[in-house]
Amino acid sequence: MTQSFARSLGMRTILILVFAFLYIPIAVLVALSFNAGGLPTAWSGFSLKWYASLAGNSAILSAALNTLIVALVSTAIATLLGTLLAIGIEMRRQYGKGLEALIFAPMIIPDIVLAIALLSFFSMLNVTMGLHTIILAHVVFNLAFVCSVVRARLKSFDWSIVEASADLGASALTTFRRVTLPVIAPAVIAGALLAFTLSVDEFIIAFFTAGAGRASTTLPMQIYAMIRFGITPEINALATIVMAVSITALTLSQRLNRGVIGQ
Amino acid sequence: MKYTPSRSSLLLAPALAWLTALMVVPCALVLALAFFRRGTYGGIEYTFTLENFGLVFDPLYAGIFLNSARIAGTATLIAVIIGYAAAYAIAAAPRRLQPVLLFFAVLPFWSNYLIRTYAWIVLLNREGLVTQLLRWFGYTGEPPSMLYTEGAVIAGLVYNYLPFVILACYAPLSRLNPELAEASRDLGASAVTTFRRVILPLTVPGIAAGAVFVFVLSIGNFVTPALLGGGRFQMIGNLVYDQFLTANDWPFGAALAMALIAIMLLVLMAQALLADRAAGRAAEAGGDADG
Repeated sequence: MTQSFARSLGMRTILILVFAFLYIPIAVLVALSFNAGGLPTAWSGFSLKWYASLAGNSAILSAALNTLIVALVSTAIATLLGTLLAIGIEMRRQYGKGLEALIFAPMIIPDIVLAIALLSFFSMLNVTMGLHTIILAHVVFNLAFVCSVVRARLKSFDWSIVEASADLGASALTTFRRVTLPVIAPAVIAGALLAFTLSVDEFIIAFFTAGAGRASTTLPMQIYAMIRFGITPEINALATIVMAVSITALTLSQRLNRGVIGQ
Repeated sequence: MKYTPSRSSLLLAPALAWLTALMVVPCALVLALAFFRRGTYGGIEYTFTLENFGLVFDPLYAGIFLNSARIAGTATLIAVIIGYAAAYAIAAAPRRLQPVLLFFAVLPFWSNYLIRTYAWIVLLNREGLVTQLLRWFGYTGEPPSMLYTEGAVIAGLVYNYLPFVILACYAPLSRLNPELAEASRDLGASAVTTFRRVILPLTVPGIAAGAVFVFVLSIGNFVTPALLGGGRFQMIGNLVYDQFLTANDWPFGAALAMALIAIMLLVLMAQALLADRAAGRAAEAGGDADG
């Protein structure tokens, strides 16, 4: 009895310490974003002025717009291609290890390697780099994540209903629209939300494939430049907004697709 | 109308074409680049050479590799210890609480990497929260220099990748058959022995998966050393970055990137080996439990 009490006390202590470690740094950042004085050293009252000053910062606004364009376009392409890929693979039932490796590769190749590979590739082809090259690059890893989320859903899919639909005279497209899609829709949306978040947050590959000049600076690139410059209250406010966006998208994604992302 | 292999190929084609054009070909290109010479003015001279790989083993650069391996290794060890303990505690919590705890353990992982790293600058800088806390406890000396140290880099890496270790270790821990531990206790083994001889061996695959993830991502990292190490701690990632964006020696940068991939593949192979052996053990343990 006492032993199990000590055990559960120990377990609780571990959980409290780990969650403190995970959340205190973020919480400090969020709290400081509302600090009127802006200093990390002293609390001088609640204020939204750093958020207001973000709204007047044209560099940040244009970076935010760029990020939105990149994330929306790359998510749309990756969701379409990734979903088709997932259906194609799961339908096959047997496929080579090579195919599996090809699909997993973008998730495990170090970002820096993919980044320099794409930089070399684009510059060798004399492609002018900009938002379009960031989009091309982001689809590579987004595709892999969408595919894995949709595949997880398809694992329990009963393919005989597809055959039944075909036997009843439905075309392949109708079968997809009326039978397959309704079943996988939550996973497709969850995958898209995940891809959107990954794209919004992605820094290294964007940094290498954005090309010269400030025109195609994305939000993470802007944040990196600001951090290197030093701590400013504006970064705290920006960081809080960016975290709120990713966490909202992720929570939605998780709700739509219970557990799949966690696996 | 049945689904046929040719039909499924049609579905696979666009994605595979994309991955081939924008991942396979560029990576092959980097591999090829590594065998060329750097031109006099920073361009690429298309003559075959192994010099770039030789340079990787130059004491200066080999030192950076060892340094990176040490930093990544330390971060991995710490992350695995904390992550395993956390996963164990989550798996021991009431069933209905477990998904919630797991979700909140992983949530920070999905927020921006740069921001999570920046949070540590806020904590560790000379007038940061840690210094404030020390003052509050009556410390009056010079603010300790914690930022721009190897410790700061390691802390940043552990912080960023810990959620994944928790996730990876939780999977086998939650599937663990509680009867095995009970049987071990009933047969007179102490709690420590039960952990060491029963629980730990069965959860090795999770530990290995988490460790590989932290190690691979840490050793190729360039953001954390740049921000928390203040540029004083060169890691392989920083070296690759420099060759491509400042030194303009792409062939050498390519060779470094290939060395990084080689390390990654070695680590992944070691993990696969460990997982295989553990699978064998799990099958044995399962058989024993049935028998």
